[in-house]
Amino acid sequence: MTTAPDGEAASASADGDILRIEHVSKHYGAVVALIDINIHLQRGEVLGLIGDNGAGKSTLLKILCGFQPPTSGHIFLEGEEVTLKSVDHARSLGIDAVYQDLALVNQLSVYHNMFLNRERVRWPLLNQRAMRKEAKTRLDEMGIQIPSVTAEVAKLSGGQRQAVAVARSVYSNPKILLLDEPLAAMGVKEGAIILDLVKELKRRGVSIIIIAHNYAQVLEVCDRINLIQGGKITLDKLSSETSADQLTEMVVAEYRRALEERQRAAS
Amino acid sequence: MSDTAERAADVTGPPPGGRAAGGNGFLRAVRHGLGAFLRQREATVLVVVVALFLYFTIDSPNFLTHPNMANLLSGIAAPYIILAIGEVMLLICGEIDLSVGFVLTMSPFVMYFLVTYDGVPAILAIIISLIFGLVVGVVNGFLVVTLGLPSFIATLGTSFVLYGLVLTTSHGEPVNVPASLQHIGKFFGNETTSGWGWSAFIWAVALVAIFQVVLTQTRWGLHTVAVGGNQLGAREAGISVARIKYGNFMITGMLGALVGLQVAFYDNTIDPAAGGYTYMFYAVAAAVLGGTAMLGGAGTIIGGFLGALLLAIFTDGFAIIGVSANPLFIVFGAGVLVAMIANVQLGRLREAGRT
Repeated sequence: MTTAPDGEAASASADGDILRIEHVSKHYGAVVALIDINIHLQRGEVLGLIGDNGAGKSTLLKILCGFQPPTSGHIFLEGEEVTLKSVDHARSLGIDAVYQDLALVNQLSVYHNMFLNRERVRWPLLNQRAMRKEAKTRLDEMGIQIPSVTAEVAKLSGGQRQAVAVARSVYSNPKILLLDEPLAAMGVKEGAIILDLVKELKRRGVSIIIIAHNYAQVLEVCDRINLIQGGKITLDKLSSETSADQLTEMVVAEYRRALEERQRAAS
Repeated sequence: MSDTAERAADVTGPPPGGRAAGGNGFLRAVRHGLGAFLRQREATVLVVVVALFLYFTIDSPNFLTHPNMANLLSGIAAPYIILAIGEVMLLICGEIDLSVGFVLTMSPFVMYFLVTYDGVPAILAIIISLIFGLVVGVVNGFLVVTLGLPSFIATLGTSFVLYGLVLTTSHGEPVNVPASLQHIGKFFGNETTSGWGWSAFIWAVALVAIFQVVLTQTRWGLHTVAVGGNQLGAREAGISVARIKYGNFMITGMLGALVGLQVAFYDNTIDPAAGGYTYMFYAVAAAVLGGTAMLGGAGTIIGGFLGALLLAIFTDGFAIIGVSANPLFIVFGAGVLVAMIANVQLGRLREAGRT
């Protein structure tokens, strides 16, 4: 399989792609979540993957981070075809994700969460001091303000929790970072913290896919937008070539179609 | 998500202990230390344990004596403590083992049969009976993790099976610990010849120390909390939830087998009526008294240790001062309820940042 990704790709040079997925489909029994998806992500690019609830965004994310395999299709990482066997495996290849539910453990401290499953160890014990220090340094570096790294995560605000989750994934120096609804349930001010964080990561050369439901904010940081509707990619454009209005129109059009279908079915 | 805003407001407040500002540094440090101490859930139990201990000491001259302390700590408390360690680990990762009391009943019979009928050397028989506990843990893990049964039901099933096995193989009759095991038995708490009386308790304290470190200072402990606190999150972080749960069932089973041998050696008899649900429920009660949450994610080994000590002091103290054992259970029940209510309510207060 060496065919270039098809579709109206806005700026595709196959060599510059750090990640390419071709003809990926996912079925859960009879339910079809993704149909023949093609996506490419360039090195250092921020790609916004936008769509309605249930469009298949999170399914795609879970495939890309190794949480579940696709039913069919191919994934290419830096030009080489890969089979992502597990979250750990994907992480070892440089793909990391921040999930919508954040995967934080409320009962554990900020620094334990940041190092969850990649703890610093002086066998057989945890190197608590090193983890505390490193967590603090990293958070400071990224401009994230937290009362204390020993605070329980349960005591943090939504924005702080999100920031901790993002900072955590940056720890493993990922080449590709997947952010699932990083702005969900967040005020404008807290959202700005996260968007700044994304810009900072981009500056550091991390390639990022942001999955979002509310695209107005995301357009600001994304280089390119893919719209996913009903398990298919229906738009692939540079952010500068599209607008919140166009995306709104496409989503509304889909609503209208769905509504008409339902009315037709009802009558 | 409206409560997250409240939490945000909380963390901007003064840090814990900050209100103690003023006065000299030493006083502040003492107050800070005391505040931190009292915020620990175990502190309440420790206060009650010490108070009860003093009460019985003052009330009866027979309480603080060598034979009674040995009986209280090694005969009564030690088995509960060691079983509680396993239950705390399991409760923290979101499971429970109802069968461990019958592992306790069965394990000395395994040793007995191997030595008596198969001529297996004593040490090997002890090792095999410990492995038997491990295997029960694997079976429980298989039922819960691999087959997806709720642990309450799965381990209830294995409980009955084990009890049936004990009754069938022993014909319901107690047997004496074989003479060939007397020597090695001293190491496990056989006191018939020495009258020293502390070895079972020393085992318990050593295991508490080890598992407190395991829980708070190792990846295993951290992942156990993570699995109980946010199972999906732990899985997404790449933690093997199955491995943690299997492991903690195995730890609990093996500790149950160890306690079985110790109880047999301590009593110098292997009794099919020993252990069972009573021991298991005491262990769970000890864990709960010590602040372990039934919903997972929180709990300490030290808390379980103190909880078990509390139950043992009650049991022994009431007997010493000549109060009938019957109302004892009313006290236990009330104690467990109070501890649980305190857990839930303190948890809410803590959430509101008022502690």
